[in-house]
Amino acid sequence: MAQDALTSTGESIAVPDGLAGVASDWSADKEAFGVPWGKAMMWIFLVSDTFIFASFLTGYMTVRISTTVPWPNPSEVFALTIGGQHIPLVLIAIMTFVLITSSGTMAMAVNFGYRGDRKKTAMLMMATAALGAMFVSMQAFEWTKLILEGVRPWGNPFGAAQFGSTFFMITGFHGLHVSVGVIYLSIVAFKVWRGDYARKGNYQIVEITGLYWHFVDLVWIFIFALFYLW
Amino acid sequence: MAHAEGQQHPIKIYLWIWLLLFVLSAFSYMVDYLHIQGYLRWTLILIFMFLKAGLIVSVFMHMAWERLALVYAILVPPLCLFVLVGLMATEADYTFLTRLAFFAE
Repeated sequence: MAQDALTSTGESIAVPDGLAGVASDWSADKEAFGVPWGKAMMWIFLVSDTFIFASFLTGYMTVRISTTVPWPNPSEVFALTIGGQHIPLVLIAIMTFVLITSSGTMAMAVNFGYRGDRKKTAMLMMATAALGAMFVSMQAFEWTKLILEGVRPWGNPFGAAQFGSTFFMITGFHGLHVSVGVIYLSIVAFKVWRGDYARKGNYQIVEITGLYWHFVDLVWIFIFALFYLW
Repeated sequence: MAHAEGQQHPIKIYLWIWLLLFVLSAFSYMVDYLHIQGYLRWTLILIFMFLKAGLIVSVFMHMAWERLALVYAILVPPLCLFVLVGLMATEADYTFLTRLAFFAE
């Protein structure tokens, strides 16, 4: 289906979809991709971040394959005893559900933003930030527990020494992303609440913030599968 | 289809995807909880991982509705990473065998 796009001189022209659309979007005399520049820049940043996390995870894969010492069993290392019940990997499961819940509230915030519902957007973004803060707190608890059990970047009592270095590196970098996301979300939520975007009539920034937040959730899905479950 | 005023879709679709993500996460956790081992475990983990990643990118991040040029610009470069993973897996296997040959008592 063809749609309209603005040229650099402000005229509206029809642009094709499909492969012909790929060619015309890259070559035509107008902004590439036909999305606001902020969104294109966030996507490009997220691609670069994908490469960073992929390099960490590939490094983890390499040391895990090449070590001759048995890898610690994550299912047992991250088990908790709650009310006398020994549950494997339970904290990580809860953290996963908290982050997915936050992704849902973020998606709703974007939706209400485009509907122009200032209060609901701000509330949902604050809920997302609160869930993110909850995730980071649980991660702090997890780190404390492991450090007290003697896990260090250079060794641990459970098996291969590389377990500690990759664990702190990967979850630490992800936790940093979540923490930055909580700050980013809080700032944008405050500006939504104050009515900055209602005045401009443009809630695009909520979607851009949402892209970052969903990416943080996306990375966690890979870490959860490849580090904790493998 | 992309809109000039931004991405606007029915709330229902977000709620469905949200529910699906919960169910898929529960499935991934069950893989560990039920002690499924070996190739079945790795296959299930990867299937659930890619399904969840796909749902988030296509619906929550609106990739399904973006122009094809943007979709290609974002999703094609990370495919190089599979080459990196392949190279490093081979290299790591070699390192492992060399260590077995030289460190084994």
